[in-house]
Amino acid sequence: MKRYSAFAIAREAARFHSGWERAWRSPTPKKKYKVIIIGAGGHGLATAYYLGKNHGITDVAVIEKGWLGGGNTGRNTTIIRSNYLQDPSAAIYEKARSLYETMSQDLNYNVMFSPRGVLMLAQTHHEVRGYQRTAYANALQGVKTEFIGPQKVKEICPIMNVDGPRYPVLGGLFQARGGTARHDAVAWGYARACSDMGMDIIQQCEVTAVRREGGEVKGVSTTKGEIDCDKLCIVVAGNSGHVAELAGFRLPIESVALQALVSEPIKPCMDIVVMANTVHGYMSQSDKGEMVIGGGTDGYNNYTQRGSFQHIEETVRALIETFPMLSRLKMLRQWGGIVDVTGDRSPILSKTPLGNCFINCGWGTGGFKAIPGSGWAMAELVAKGHSPLTAEFGLDRFKEGRFIDESVAAGVAH
Amino acid sequence: MLILECPYCGVKAEETELHGGGQAHIKRETVGSDDDAFEHYLFTRANPRGVHLERWRHANGCGKWFHAARDTTTLEVFGTYPAQTFEPPKDIIDAITAKRPDWSFKNWQGAT
Repeated sequence: MKRYSAFAIAREAARFHSGWERAWRSPTPKKKYKVIIIGAGGHGLATAYYLGKNHGITDVAVIEKGWLGGGNTGRNTTIIRSNYLQDPSAAIYEKARSLYETMSQDLNYNVMFSPRGVLMLAQTHHEVRGYQRTAYANALQGVKTEFIGPQKVKEICPIMNVDGPRYPVLGGLFQARGGTARHDAVAWGYARACSDMGMDIIQQCEVTAVRREGGEVKGVSTTKGEIDCDKLCIVVAGNSGHVAELAGFRLPIESVALQALVSEPIKPCMDIVVMANTVHGYMSQSDKGEMVIGGGTDGYNNYTQRGSFQHIEETVRALIETFPMLSRLKMLRQWGGIVDVTGDRSPILSKTPLGNCFINCGWGTGGFKAIPGSGWAMAELVAKGHSPLTAEFGLDRFKEGRFIDESVAAGVAH
Repeated sequence: MLILECPYCGVKAEETELHGGGQAHIKRETVGSDDDAFEHYLFTRANPRGVHLERWRHANGCGKWFHAARDTTTLEVFGTYPAQTFEPPKDIIDAITAKRPDWSFKNWQGAT
Protein backbone atom coordinates (compact mmCIF):
# COMPACT_ATOMS: atom_id res chain seq x y z
CA MET A 1 0.00 0.00 0.00
CA LYS A 2 1.33 3.42 -0.92
CA ARG A 3 1.11 5.83 1.99
CA TYR A 4 -0.92 9.00 1.74
CA SER A 5 1.21 12.07 2.43
CA ALA A 6 1.91 15.61 1.29
CA PHE A 7 4.71 14.13 -0.80
CA ALA A 8 2.25 11.69 -2.45
CA ILE A 9 -0.03 14.58 -3.41
CA ALA A 10 2.87 16.45 -4.99
CA ARG A 11 4.06 13.29 -6.78
CA GLU A 12 0.59 12.56 -8.17
CA ALA A 13 -0.01 16.19 -9.14
CA ALA A 14 3.13 15.99 -11.28
CA ARG A 15 1.82 12.97 -13.19
CA PHE A 16 -1.85 13.87 -13.60
CA HIS A 17 -3.02 11.68 -10.70
CA SER A 18 -2.39 8.49 -12.62
CA GLY A 19 -0.71 6.65 -9.75
CA TRP A 20 -3.35 6.47 -7.04
CA GLU A 21 -4.16 2.87 -6.25
CA ARG A 22 -7.44 1.39 -5.10
CA ALA A 23 -7.90 1.83 -1.36
CA TRP A 24 -8.91 -1.82 -0.88
CA ARG A 25 -9.03 -4.97 -2.98
CA SER A 26 -12.29 -6.70 -3.98
CA PRO A 27 -11.24 -10.37 -3.96
CA THR A 28 -13.34 -13.46 -4.56
CA PRO A 29 -13.86 -15.36 -1.32
CA LYS A 30 -11.53 -18.20 -0.35
CA LYS A 31 -12.90 -21.59 0.79
CA LYS A 32 -11.97 -21.02 4.41
CA TYR A 33 -10.92 -18.29 6.81
CA LYS A 34 -9.85 -18.32 10.42
CA VAL A 35 -12.35 -15.60 11.27
CA ILE A 36 -15.36 -14.41 9.30
CA ILE A 37 -16.95 -11.13 10.28
CA ILE A 38 -20.47 -10.52 8.97
CA GLY A 39 -21.03 -6.82 8.36
CA ALA A 40 -18.53 -4.35 6.86
CA GLY A 41 -19.69 -1.32 8.79
CA GLY A 42 -17.48 0.61 11.17
CA HIS A 43 -17.72 -1.92 14.00
CA GLY A 44 -17.06 -4.96 11.78
CA LEU A 45 -14.08 -3.38 10.03
CA ALA A 46 -12.65 -2.07 13.30
CA THR A 47 -12.93 -5.59 14.76
CA ALA A 48 -11.03 -6.95 11.75
CA TYR A 49 -8.41 -4.21 12.00
CA TYR A 50 -7.62 -4.81 15.68
CA LEU A 51 -7.66 -8.60 15.15
CA GLY A 52 -4.78 -8.04 12.77
CA LYS A 53 -3.03 -5.21 14.56
CA ASN A 54 -3.30 -6.34 18.19
CA HIS A 55 -3.58 -10.11 17.85
CA GLY A 56 -1.81 -10.95 14.59
CA ILE A 57 -4.83 -12.71 13.07
CA THR A 58 -5.00 -11.68 9.43
CA ASP A 59 -6.74 -14.69 7.87
CA VAL A 60 -9.99 -12.76 8.10
CA ALA A 61 -12.91 -12.10 5.75
CA VAL A 62 -15.38 -9.28 6.24
CA ILE A 63 -18.63 -10.07 4.43
CA GLU A 64 -21.09 -7.34 3.54
CA LYS A 65 -24.50 -7.73 1.88
CA GLY A 66 -24.59 -4.18 0.57
CA TRP A 67 -21.63 -1.89 0.22
CA LEU A 68 -18.93 -1.00 2.70
CA GLY A 69 -20.11 1.48 5.32
CA GLY A 70 -23.51 1.81 3.63
CA GLY A 71 -25.62 1.06 6.67
CA ASN A 72 -25.64 3.00 9.91
CA THR A 73 -21.96 3.93 9.49
CA GLY A 74 -22.96 6.21 6.62
CA ARG A 75 -26.24 7.33 8.17
CA ASN A 76 -25.40 8.60 11.64
CA THR A 77 -24.82 12.18 12.77
CA THR A 78 -21.11 11.48 13.54
CA ILE A 79 -21.15 12.52 17.20
CA ILE A 80 -18.33 11.29 19.44
CA ARG A 81 -18.54 11.54 23.23
CA SER A 82 -18.00 9.36 26.27
CA ASN A 83 -19.98 11.04 29.06
CA TYR A 84 -21.90 7.94 30.14
CA LEU A 85 -23.16 7.20 33.62
CA GLN A 86 -22.19 3.58 34.27
CA ASP A 87 -18.56 2.47 34.66
CA PRO A 88 -18.53 -0.29 31.99
CA SER A 89 -19.96 2.14 29.42
CA ALA A 90 -17.56 4.92 30.33
CA ALA A 91 -14.66 2.47 29.95
CA ILE A 92 -15.52 1.33 26.43
CA TYR A 93 -16.75 4.70 25.13
CA GLU A 94 -13.72 6.54 26.55
CA LYS A 95 -11.44 3.93 25.01
CA ALA A 96 -13.17 4.64 21.70
CA ARG A 97 -12.94 8.41 22.06
CA SER A 98 -9.26 8.25 22.90
CA LEU A 99 -8.59 6.01 19.88
CA TYR A 100 -10.36 8.55 17.65
CA GLU A 101 -7.75 11.14 18.68
CA THR A 102 -4.95 9.25 16.95
CA MET A 103 -6.98 7.35 14.34
CA SER A 104 -5.95 9.46 11.34
CA GLN A 105 -2.25 8.89 12.09
CA ASP A 106 -2.80 5.26 12.99
CA LEU A 107 -4.67 4.44 9.77
CA ASN A 108 -2.80 6.93 7.54
CA TYR A 109 -6.26 8.09 6.52
CA ASN A 110 -7.76 11.45 7.42
CA VAL A 111 -10.95 10.75 9.39
CA MET A 112 -11.29 14.47 10.14
CA PHE A 113 -11.74 13.97 13.88
CA SER A 114 -12.79 17.33 15.24
CA PRO A 115 -12.83 17.51 19.06
CA ARG A 116 -14.99 20.59 19.04
CA GLY A 117 -16.88 19.86 22.25
CA VAL A 118 -20.23 18.20 22.90
CA LEU A 119 -22.84 20.02 24.96
CA MET A 120 -25.87 18.15 26.30
CA LEU A 121 -28.54 20.63 27.29
CA ALA A 122 -30.46 20.35 30.53
CA GLN A 123 -33.90 21.84 29.87
CA THR A 124 -35.78 20.48 32.87
CA HIS A 125 -34.83 20.29 36.56
CA HIS A 126 -34.85 16.53 36.26
CA GLU A 127 -32.19 16.76 33.56
CA VAL A 128 -30.11 19.19 35.64
CA ARG A 129 -29.95 16.66 38.46
CA GLY A 130 -29.31 13.81 36.02
CA TYR A 131 -26.40 15.57 34.30
CA GLN A 132 -24.87 16.77 37.57
CA ARG A 133 -24.86 13.15 38.66
CA THR A 134 -23.27 12.11 35.36
CA ALA A 135 -20.60 14.82 35.75
CA TYR A 136 -19.69 13.44 39.21
CA ALA A 137 -19.68 9.88 37.86
CA ASN A 138 -17.44 10.96 34.96
CA ALA A 139 -15.02 12.62 37.41
CA LEU A 140 -14.66 9.30 39.23
CA GLN A 141 -14.22 7.43 35.94
CA GLY A 142 -11.51 9.79 34.74
CA VAL A 143 -13.63 11.13 31.88
CA LYS A 144 -13.27 14.89 31.70
CA THR A 145 -16.68 16.56 31.65
CA GLU A 146 -18.22 19.47 33.53
CA PHE A 147 -21.67 20.76 34.33
CA ILE A 148 -21.99 24.37 33.19
CA GLY A 149 -24.65 27.03 33.83
CA PRO A 150 -26.85 28.79 31.27
CA GLN A 151 -24.52 31.80 31.02
CA LYS A 152 -21.61 29.61 29.96
CA VAL A 153 -23.92 27.77 27.54
CA LYS A 154 -24.80 31.05 25.88
CA GLU A 155 -21.10 31.94 25.70
CA ILE A 156 -20.18 28.66 24.01
CA CYS A 157 -23.17 28.69 21.68
CA PRO A 158 -24.42 32.24 21.04
CA ILE A 159 -27.12 31.24 18.53
CA MET A 160 -29.05 29.44 21.26
CA ASN A 161 -32.11 30.90 22.92
CA VAL A 162 -31.53 30.02 26.59
CA ASP A 163 -34.54 31.90 28.01
CA GLY A 164 -37.30 29.60 26.91
CA PRO A 165 -40.21 30.14 27.31
CA ARG A 166 -41.16 26.52 26.80
CA TYR A 167 -37.72 24.90 26.91
CA PRO A 168 -35.44 27.19 28.96
CA VAL A 169 -31.80 26.08 29.10
CA LEU A 170 -30.95 25.48 32.75
CA GLY A 171 -27.42 24.27 32.14
CA GLY A 172 -25.55 21.58 30.29
CA LEU A 173 -23.10 18.72 30.50
CA PHE A 174 -20.05 19.73 28.48
CA GLN A 175 -17.37 17.38 27.23
CA ALA A 176 -14.70 19.51 25.60
CA ARG A 177 -12.87 16.54 24.02
CA GLY A 178 -16.00 15.17 22.37
CA GLY A 179 -16.79 16.12 18.79
CA THR A 180 -17.36 14.72 15.33
CA ALA A 181 -15.49 12.79 12.64
CA ARG A 182 -16.07 11.99 8.99
CA HIS A 183 -18.14 8.79 9.27
CA ASP A 184 -17.43 7.35 5.80
CA ALA A 185 -13.71 7.95 6.24
CA VAL A 186 -13.70 5.84 9.41
CA ALA A 187 -15.06 2.85 7.46
CA TRP A 188 -12.83 3.55 4.43
CA GLY A 189 -9.72 4.02 6.56
CA TYR A 190 -10.25 0.75 8.41
CA ALA A 191 -11.07 -1.07 5.15
CA ARG A 192 -7.87 0.17 3.52
CA ALA A 193 -5.77 -0.86 6.50
CA CYS A 194 -7.47 -4.30 6.70
CA SER A 195 -7.01 -4.92 3.00
CA ASP A 196 -3.35 -3.95 3.37
CA MET A 197 -2.92 -6.59 6.08
CA GLY A 198 -4.20 -9.20 3.60
CA MET A 199 -7.78 -9.46 4.84
CA ASP A 200 -10.57 -9.97 2.31
CA ILE A 201 -13.45 -7.51 2.22
CA ILE A 202 -16.25 -9.10 0.23
CA GLN A 203 -19.06 -6.74 -0.69
CA GLN A 204 -22.48 -7.55 -2.16
CA CYS A 205 -22.34 -10.96 -0.52
CA GLU A 206 -25.34 -11.75 1.67
CA VAL A 207 -25.23 -14.46 4.30
CA THR A 208 -28.18 -16.79 3.72
CA ALA A 209 -27.44 -19.43 6.35
CA VAL A 210 -25.08 -20.12 9.23
CA ARG A 211 -23.86 -23.71 9.00
CA ARG A 212 -23.55 -25.47 12.34
CA GLU A 213 -22.20 -28.80 13.50
CA GLY A 214 -22.43 -30.19 17.01
CA GLY A 215 -23.28 -26.86 18.61
CA GLU A 216 -20.36 -25.11 16.91
CA VAL A 217 -20.20 -22.84 13.92
CA LYS A 218 -18.75 -24.39 10.78
CA GLY A 219 -19.19 -21.69 8.20
CA VAL A 220 -21.67 -19.57 6.34
CA SER A 221 -23.63 -19.95 3.13
CA THR A 222 -23.65 -16.79 1.10
CA THR A 223 -24.82 -15.51 -2.25
CA LYS A 224 -21.19 -16.01 -3.36
CA GLY A 225 -21.01 -19.62 -2.20
CA GLU A 226 -20.15 -21.49 0.97
CA ILE A 227 -17.31 -20.24 3.14
CA ASP A 228 -15.92 -22.15 6.13
CA CYS A 229 -14.49 -20.55 9.25
CA ASP A 230 -13.12 -21.35 12.70
CA LYS A 231 -14.78 -18.36 14.33
CA LEU A 232 -17.72 -16.22 13.30
CA CYS A 233 -18.42 -12.68 14.46
CA ILE A 234 -21.84 -11.14 13.77
CA VAL A 235 -21.73 -7.33 13.59
CA VAL A 236 -24.83 -6.36 11.66
CA ALA A 237 -26.61 -3.69 13.77
CA GLY A 238 -30.23 -3.43 12.68
CA ASN A 239 -30.23 -6.89 11.12
CA SER A 240 -28.84 -8.60 14.25
CA GLY A 241 -32.18 -10.24 15.01
CA HIS A 242 -32.32 -11.69 11.52
CA VAL A 243 -28.77 -13.07 11.45
CA ALA A 244 -29.07 -14.39 15.03
CA GLU A 245 -32.16 -16.27 13.88
CA LEU A 246 -30.03 -17.83 11.08
CA ALA A 247 -27.49 -18.84 13.73
CA GLY A 248 -30.22 -20.36 15.87
CA PHE A 249 -30.59 -18.01 18.83
CA ARG A 250 -32.70 -15.02 19.85
CA LEU A 251 -31.70 -11.61 21.12
CA PRO A 252 -33.26 -9.12 23.52
CA ILE A 253 -33.30 -6.61 20.69
CA GLU A 254 -35.84 -4.76 18.58
CA SER A 255 -34.99 -2.96 15.34
CA VAL A 256 -36.46 0.47 14.82
CA ALA A 257 -35.90 3.39 12.44
CA LEU A 258 -33.86 6.43 13.49
CA GLN A 259 -33.82 9.52 11.31
CA ALA A 260 -31.60 12.45 10.51
CA LEU A 261 -31.72 15.42 8.16
CA VAL A 262 -29.47 18.19 6.91
CA SER A 263 -30.16 21.79 5.99
CA GLU A 264 -28.82 23.83 3.12
CA PRO A 265 -25.24 24.98 3.76
CA ILE A 266 -24.82 28.25 5.64
CA LYS A 267 -21.87 30.26 7.00
CA PRO A 268 -20.27 28.91 10.17
CA CYS A 269 -22.58 29.64 13.11
CA MET A 270 -22.04 26.84 15.63
CA ASP A 271 -18.67 25.30 16.44
CA ILE A 272 -19.80 22.64 18.91
CA VAL A 273 -22.24 19.73 18.95
CA VAL A 274 -25.46 20.43 20.84
CA MET A 275 -27.76 17.69 22.06
CA ALA A 276 -31.18 18.41 23.51
CA ASN A 277 -32.73 15.25 24.90
CA THR A 278 -35.91 16.86 26.20
CA VAL A 279 -36.93 17.95 22.73
CA HIS A 280 -35.48 14.89 20.97
CA GLY A 281 -33.00 16.66 18.77
CA TYR A 282 -29.29 17.08 18.30
CA MET A 283 -27.34 19.23 15.93
CA SER A 284 -23.90 20.11 14.64
CA GLN A 285 -22.59 22.02 11.64
CA SER A 286 -20.67 20.07 9.02
CA ASP A 287 -17.55 21.37 7.31
CA LYS A 288 -19.68 22.07 4.25
CA GLY A 289 -21.87 24.34 6.39
CA GLU A 290 -24.94 22.14 6.55
CA MET A 291 -26.72 21.89 9.87
CA VAL A 292 -26.80 18.14 10.61
CA ILE A 293 -29.85 17.31 12.70
CA GLY A 294 -30.72 14.01 14.33
CA GLY A 295 -34.17 13.07 15.49
CA GLY A 296 -35.89 10.46 17.59
CA THR A 297 -36.63 6.81 16.93
CA ASP A 298 -39.96 5.51 15.74
CA GLY A 299 -42.06 3.58 18.22
CA TYR A 300 -42.39 0.38 16.22
CA ASN A 301 -40.30 -2.32 14.52
CA ASN A 302 -39.11 -1.43 11.07
CA TYR A 303 -36.51 -2.59 8.54
CA THR A 304 -37.15 -0.08 5.76
CA GLN A 305 -34.42 2.51 6.51
CA ARG A 306 -36.94 5.30 6.41
CA GLY A 307 -38.90 6.73 9.29
CA SER A 308 -42.08 8.58 10.10
CA PHE A 309 -42.61 12.14 9.01
CA GLN A 310 -44.11 13.08 12.36
CA HIS A 311 -40.76 12.62 14.11
CA ILE A 312 -39.00 15.05 11.79
CA GLU A 313 -41.78 17.50 12.43
CA GLU A 314 -41.44 17.10 16.20
CA THR A 315 -37.67 17.43 16.12
CA VAL A 316 -37.64 20.50 13.92
CA ARG A 317 -40.49 22.17 15.81
CA ALA A 318 -38.66 21.82 19.10
CA LEU A 319 -35.23 22.75 17.70
CA ILE A 320 -36.36 26.05 16.23
CA GLU A 321 -37.57 27.07 19.64
CA THR A 322 -34.06 26.59 21.03
CA PHE A 323 -32.38 27.84 17.82
CA PRO A 324 -34.69 30.54 16.41
CA MET A 325 -32.25 31.33 13.56
CA LEU A 326 -32.99 27.93 12.01
CA SER A 327 -36.60 28.79 11.28
CA ARG A 328 -35.92 30.07 7.73
CA LEU A 329 -33.56 27.29 6.72
CA LYS A 330 -34.52 24.85 4.01
CA MET A 331 -33.84 21.19 4.64
CA LEU A 332 -31.91 19.45 1.87
CA ARG A 333 -32.44 15.80 2.58
CA GLN A 334 -33.61 13.30 5.16
CA TRP A 335 -32.78 9.65 5.69
CA GLY A 336 -33.20 6.80 8.14
CA GLY A 337 -31.21 3.89 9.48
CA ILE A 338 -32.27 0.77 11.34
CA VAL A 339 -30.97 0.68 14.88
CA ASP A 340 -30.90 -2.33 17.19
CA VAL A 341 -32.16 -1.31 20.60
CA THR A 342 -31.75 -3.36 23.80
CA GLY A 343 -33.82 -3.07 26.95
CA ASP A 344 -31.11 -1.29 28.96
CA ARG A 345 -29.84 0.80 26.02
CA SER A 346 -26.39 -0.78 26.31
CA PRO A 347 -24.69 -2.89 23.66
CA ILE A 348 -24.11 -6.64 23.64
CA LEU A 349 -20.52 -7.79 23.01
CA SER A 350 -20.66 -11.43 23.78
CA LYS A 351 -20.15 -15.09 23.14
CA THR A 352 -23.37 -16.73 21.99
CA PRO A 353 -25.15 -20.04 22.64
CA LEU A 354 -23.51 -21.24 19.39
CA GLY A 355 -19.89 -22.29 19.93
CA ASN A 356 -17.17 -20.07 18.36
CA CYS A 357 -19.81 -17.57 17.31
CA PHE A 358 -19.60 -14.04 18.73
CA ILE A 359 -21.97 -11.13 18.47
CA ASN A 360 -21.49 -7.37 18.68
CA CYS A 361 -24.83 -5.57 18.53
CA GLY A 362 -27.30 -3.48 20.45
CA TRP A 363 -25.46 -0.19 19.99
CA GLY A 364 -28.87 1.22 19.20
CA THR A 365 -28.95 4.93 18.50
CA GLY A 366 -25.29 5.60 19.36
CA GLY A 367 -22.84 3.22 17.78
CA PHE A 368 -20.65 5.54 15.72
CA LYS A 369 -18.79 7.06 18.66
CA ALA A 370 -17.90 3.59 19.90
CA ILE A 371 -16.46 2.14 16.68
CA PRO A 372 -12.75 1.95 17.60
CA GLY A 373 -13.34 0.90 21.22
CA SER A 374 -15.90 -1.67 20.16
CA GLY A 375 -13.55 -3.10 17.54
CA TRP A 376 -10.65 -3.13 20.01
CA ALA A 377 -12.68 -4.98 22.65
CA MET A 378 -14.39 -7.35 20.22
CA ALA A 379 -11.09 -8.33 18.60
CA GLU A 380 -9.75 -9.22 22.06
CA LEU A 381 -12.87 -11.25 22.83
CA VAL A 382 -12.68 -13.15 19.54
CA ALA A 383 -8.92 -13.75 19.78
CA LYS A 384 -8.60 -14.60 23.49
CA GLY A 385 -12.11 -15.56 24.54
CA HIS A 386 -12.34 -12.76 27.10
CA SER A 387 -11.80 -9.01 27.33
CA PRO A 388 -12.00 -6.68 30.32
CA LEU A 389 -13.90 -4.15 28.19
CA THR A 390 -16.64 -6.59 27.14
CA ALA A 391 -16.94 -8.50 30.43
CA GLU A 392 -20.04 -6.63 31.58
CA PHE A 393 -21.71 -6.54 28.16
CA GLY A 394 -22.49 -10.26 27.86
CA LEU A 395 -25.83 -11.70 26.76
CA ASP A 396 -26.16 -13.37 30.17
CA ARG A 397 -26.64 -10.02 31.90
CA PHE A 398 -30.33 -10.11 31.01
CA LYS A 399 -30.88 -13.44 32.70
CA GLU A 400 -28.81 -12.43 35.71
CA GLY A 401 -30.32 -8.97 36.05
CA ARG A 402 -26.98 -7.13 35.73
CA PHE A 403 -28.24 -4.35 33.49
CA ILE A 404 -26.07 -1.46 32.41
CA ASP A 405 -28.84 1.07 32.44
CA GLU A 406 -27.93 3.93 30.11
CA SER A 407 -31.41 5.11 29.25
CA VAL A 408 -30.56 8.45 30.87
CA ALA A 409 -27.26 8.90 29.05
CA ALA A 410 -28.68 7.52 25.83
CA GLY A 411 -32.11 9.08 26.08
CA VAL A 412 -32.95 9.68 22.51
CA ALA A 413 -29.90 11.42 21.33
CA HIS A 414 -26.61 9.68 20.85
CA MET B 1 -47.51 7.62 7.56
CA LEU B 2 -48.75 4.51 9.29
CA ILE B 3 -52.56 4.26 9.45
CA LEU B 4 -54.29 1.59 11.54
CA GLU B 5 -58.00 1.03 12.00
CA CYS B 6 -58.98 0.74 15.64
CA PRO B 7 -61.01 -2.48 15.89
CA TYR B 8 -63.07 -1.08 18.77
CA CYS B 9 -64.19 2.33 17.58
CA GLY B 10 -63.64 1.81 13.85
CA VAL B 11 -61.59 5.00 13.48
CA LYS B 12 -58.81 4.95 10.88
CA ALA B 13 -56.16 6.44 13.10
CA GLU B 14 -52.80 7.76 11.93
CA GLU B 15 -49.60 7.36 13.88
CA THR B 16 -49.81 10.47 16.05
CA GLU B 17 -53.07 9.16 17.46
CA LEU B 18 -51.54 5.80 18.37
CA HIS B 19 -48.93 4.44 20.73
CA GLY B 20 -46.90 1.35 19.83
CA GLY B 21 -46.65 -1.30 22.52
CA GLY B 22 -44.20 -3.79 21.02
CA GLN B 23 -44.63 -7.49 20.37
CA ALA B 24 -48.08 -9.06 20.80
CA HIS B 25 -49.02 -12.49 22.17
CA ILE B 26 -46.23 -12.59 24.77
CA LYS B 27 -46.69 -15.52 27.11
CA ARG B 28 -46.69 -14.06 30.62
CA GLU B 29 -44.71 -16.08 33.14
CA THR B 30 -45.60 -16.21 36.80
CA VAL B 31 -44.83 -17.99 40.08
CA GLY B 32 -43.17 -21.33 39.43
CA SER B 33 -41.55 -20.41 36.11
CA ASP B 34 -37.78 -20.90 35.85
CA ASP B 35 -35.12 -18.27 35.10
CA ASP B 36 -34.96 -19.05 31.38
CA ALA B 37 -38.70 -18.59 31.00
CA PHE B 38 -38.55 -15.29 32.85
CA GLU B 39 -35.65 -14.02 30.77
CA HIS B 40 -37.55 -14.93 27.63
CA TYR B 41 -40.73 -13.27 28.86
CA LEU B 42 -39.07 -10.07 30.08
CA PHE B 43 -36.41 -9.41 27.47
CA THR B 44 -36.32 -11.65 24.40
CA ARG B 45 -38.43 -10.12 21.67
CA ALA B 46 -39.59 -11.23 18.26
CA ASN B 47 -37.84 -8.98 15.76
CA PRO B 48 -38.79 -10.50 12.40
CA ARG B 49 -37.82 -9.11 9.03
CA GLY B 50 -41.29 -9.57 7.56
CA VAL B 51 -44.70 -10.18 9.13
CA HIS B 52 -44.99 -8.99 12.71
CA LEU B 53 -47.84 -8.99 15.22
CA GLU B 54 -47.82 -5.96 17.50
CA ARG B 55 -49.71 -4.29 20.30
CA TRP B 56 -50.97 -0.77 19.72
CA ARG B 57 -52.98 1.60 21.86
CA HIS B 58 -55.48 4.05 20.44
CA ALA B 59 -53.98 6.61 22.83
CA ASN B 60 -55.59 9.79 21.54
CA GLY B 61 -58.90 8.07 20.84
CA CYS B 62 -60.79 5.38 22.68
CA GLY B 63 -57.70 4.52 24.74
CA LYS B 64 -57.94 0.78 24.21
CA TRP B 65 -55.22 -1.72 23.35
CA PHE B 66 -55.51 -3.71 20.14
CA HIS B 67 -53.29 -5.86 17.94
CA ALA B 68 -52.06 -5.22 14.40
CA ALA B 69 -50.51 -7.47 11.75
CA ARG B 70 -47.88 -5.59 9.77
CA ASP B 71 -44.88 -6.26 7.56
CA THR B 72 -41.69 -4.64 8.85
CA THR B 73 -39.98 -4.64 5.45
CA THR B 74 -42.80 -3.16 3.36
CA LEU B 75 -44.80 -1.33 6.09
CA GLU B 76 -47.89 -3.05 4.69
CA VAL B 77 -50.76 -3.49 7.18
CA PHE B 78 -52.71 -6.75 6.98
CA GLY B 79 -55.33 -5.82 9.55
CA THR B 80 -56.07 -5.12 13.19
CA TYR B 81 -57.94 -7.17 15.77
CA PRO B 82 -59.04 -6.93 19.41
CA ALA B 83 -56.42 -7.85 22.00
CA GLN B 84 -58.47 -10.42 23.92
CA THR B 85 -57.09 -13.41 22.06
CA PHE B 86 -54.12 -15.80 22.17
CA GLU B 87 -53.70 -15.88 18.41
CA PRO B 88 -54.83 -13.82 15.43
CA PRO B 89 -58.38 -14.46 14.12
CA LYS B 90 -58.86 -16.37 10.87
CA ASP B 91 -59.57 -13.33 8.69
CA ILE B 92 -56.22 -11.77 9.71
CA ILE B 93 -54.31 -15.01 9.06
CA ASP B 94 -56.06 -15.28 5.68
CA ALA B 95 -55.13 -11.70 4.82
CA ILE B 96 -51.49 -12.41 5.67
CA THR B 97 -51.22 -15.76 3.89
CA ALA B 98 -52.90 -14.34 0.78
CA LYS B 99 -49.77 -12.21 0.32
CA ARG B 100 -47.22 -14.32 2.24
CA PRO B 101 -48.19 -17.96 1.51
CA ASP B 102 -45.30 -19.33 3.60
CA TRP B 103 -46.26 -17.51 6.75
CA SER B 104 -47.87 -19.27 9.67
CA PHE B 105 -48.60 -18.10 13.20
CA LYS B 106 -46.89 -21.13 14.68
CA ASN B 107 -43.61 -20.29 12.94
CA TRP B 108 -43.75 -16.60 13.81
CA GLN B 109 -40.83 -15.71 16.14
CA GLY B 110 -43.18 -14.49 18.85
CA ALA B 111 -45.02 -17.82 18.97
CA THR B 112 -42.00 -20.12 19.13
